[in-house]
Amino acid sequence: MPKTATKHTGAVADPEFQLTPEQLDLFGEELDALRERVLDDLGQRDSDYIHNILNAQRGFEVAGRGMLFLSFIPPAWIAGTISLSISKILDNMEIGHNVMHGQYDWTQDPRLDSTQFEWDTSSPSENWKDSHNYQHHTHTNIVGKDRDIGYGILRMSEEQPWHPYYLGNLLYATLLMTFFEYGVAMHDLEVERMVSGEISFADKRKEFDNIWTKVRRQAIKDYVLFPLLAGPMAPAVFAGNFTANIARNVWSFMIIFCGHFPEGVEEFTEEETENETRGQWYYRQILGSANLTGGKLFHIMSGNLSHQIEHHLFPDIPAHRYAEIAVEVREACARFGIPYNTGPLHKQFGSVVKKIARLSLP
Amino acid sequence: MALDSLLNSPRKLTRGLLDSHLVESLLTPNPVERYVGMIDPVWSRRDVRAKVVAVERQTPRSVTLTLEPNSNWNGFEPGQHVGVTVEIDGRLTTRFYSPAGAAAGKGLELTITRHPGGKVSEHLADIAAPGMVVGLSPAEGEFTLPSTRPDHLLLISGGSGITPVMSMLRTLCAEGHDRPVTFLHFARTPQDAIYARELQALGEAHANLNVVTVFTREGTKPQHLTRATLKSICPDYLAAETYVCGPNALVDAAEKLWKRDRNADRLHTEPFTLPEPTVVAADATGSVTFKRSGIAVENDGQSLLLQAEQGNLSPRHGCRMGICHTCVCRVESGTVRHVRTGEVKTLNNELVQICVNAPVGDIEIDL
Repeated sequence: MPKTATKHTGAVADPEFQLTPEQLDLFGEELDALRERVLDDLGQRDSDYIHNILNAQRGFEVAGRGMLFLSFIPPAWIAGTISLSISKILDNMEIGHNVMHGQYDWTQDPRLDSTQFEWDTSSPSENWKDSHNYQHHTHTNIVGKDRDIGYGILRMSEEQPWHPYYLGNLLYATLLMTFFEYGVAMHDLEVERMVSGEISFADKRKEFDNIWTKVRRQAIKDYVLFPLLAGPMAPAVFAGNFTANIARNVWSFMIIFCGHFPEGVEEFTEEETENETRGQWYYRQILGSANLTGGKLFHIMSGNLSHQIEHHLFPDIPAHRYAEIAVEVREACARFGIPYNTGPLHKQFGSVVKKIARLSLP
Repeated sequence: MALDSLLNSPRKLTRGLLDSHLVESLLTPNPVERYVGMIDPVWSRRDVRAKVVAVERQTPRSVTLTLEPNSNWNGFEPGQHVGVTVEIDGRLTTRFYSPAGAAAGKGLELTITRHPGGKVSEHLADIAAPGMVVGLSPAEGEFTLPSTRPDHLLLISGGSGITPVMSMLRTLCAEGHDRPVTFLHFARTPQDAIYARELQALGEAHANLNVVTVFTREGTKPQHLTRATLKSICPDYLAAETYVCGPNALVDAAEKLWKRDRNADRLHTEPFTLPEPTVVAADATGSVTFKRSGIAVENDGQSLLLQAEQGNLSPRHGCRMGICHTCVCRVESGTVRHVRTGEVKTLNNELVQICVNAPVGDIEIDL
């Protein structure tokens, strides 16, 4: 169990933070109690919140696509693209990611049913839920088990052995960022294991078919149907849709990479995380995550992944509650002497870029 | 030709458009309703929904709603019931009610009686107002009149059980039914007698109709369903096709009487069961029925996931510790206990994480 972190990347103030098993148990109980309290409190307020976000997303989408049809007025193209970008970001982050975590299953509303929800991006929900909800959240930051470390194409950890291929780390990261929706879509194919010969394409046939169907539908919608419908405005609509998708890719990439890669976030080995207690699991989630500071709008646009720590402690609590929960979590961490990694976007992302650059070298 | 008929009917055309492959591809991955809902929250491709257009509080403990369903509504047979879904404190909750209006009538009339502790009945009694949108299930149930209306009918109801037989009565009157009908209703007090005025008016207007209301909480001796009561109201009741709806006590009494007279096949009943109280026992009793797999096992008290796996099923699962929601399944009916917190919940067609919930008593799960 991670009594001490294995990897000190410098930003942790006191490398000797050690919690006894008893302290960890107490910590675990406190967080369990907090979780139950919040779950009991869920009600109309939370349902109203998510429906407001859903309404906003619909509004931005319809307005965005509508304005793009009027692109012969140049400001309409800009406004339309921005509006559509916002709708895609809301769908991807505050709505899609959170609904698929089961955060709103308790409403029994079929529109918020995690087993049925499909989001407006190329990754099929079913694949995503498996690789993210289950694999990433259970094995967070365990090198060798959490495939989010590197996504199979980047070197994001010292524990990943260096190879001349990684000289292109910054380039791969930039490509992944720009076309993130396809990177995420293909994540479940485990291409790096196909390349190493561990698995064959045939093993992943079903996932591939799902991915291809979703990619095709999304591409036809944004790049064929809507442009065709626009008649003479086709090129403008195409460009607007393309730009909106890229904007969503870049924004989500930035927020997501700030979740586990800023300076100071810890990684873990398989051995030390064997037979984790609940307190130890919570502890690993905190050490392996980092938050972003910002205003209310920023939190909504980041899908509340700005509260990555709280999200990793309580992935199935409606994300808009994380801001309130953070006050208590932060206080508990201070009391138990557990470091709490947070900072503004430019600083956290800056440290991520530095890490990518540094790890491109041996 | 099909295209002609489409073009001649703007409604059909719109419907055809909204159902089309093109519109689906434009809106993918979201259902059409997501967007049509911005203009009309009652519209749906397949679901039945209704808007409340009128609310009347006939008695202190009841509320009568008039609903306008959307075009997916296929009507009902008099006596059937519908599932009504409302949002209470953020949660969609469904309860069953019997429409009280004549079957061929426009709109849908529901009379809901406030039951203490009844989540939905109290919610609706408190806040129902015109403009509210509710979900409906298609009408279902076998407690209905046969299409050849019987020569002699006895309709018995208690309290809120009046609604299906009221529907039967109104339907018969609308059809001009002229053979004998006896309508016996048990209410607590005159203030609680729903539809009292209308029943009186119908009784006066129709010579073949005999309306009797018995107040069970008035006077020194509470009156209930006995052979003596029946004989005094409807002497040849054994020759009538009888429909009984109401609390368990009323239905049980009727079943006993009719069985004793060896007349059971002329009796049709519908008990109005209230939502089950939550079971507190942590003992492993009952059986677990996996509906989709068609198997049932004896409940051994372990989590639903473990019991499913022991039954050689392989439900989807992930972290197996209640975090990732991969194992979420639908429980059709039953009570579960959370294996960590001990929280007990009685469920009615709801999603649960099967890795951290164990059945308490009988349970039916969609697995």
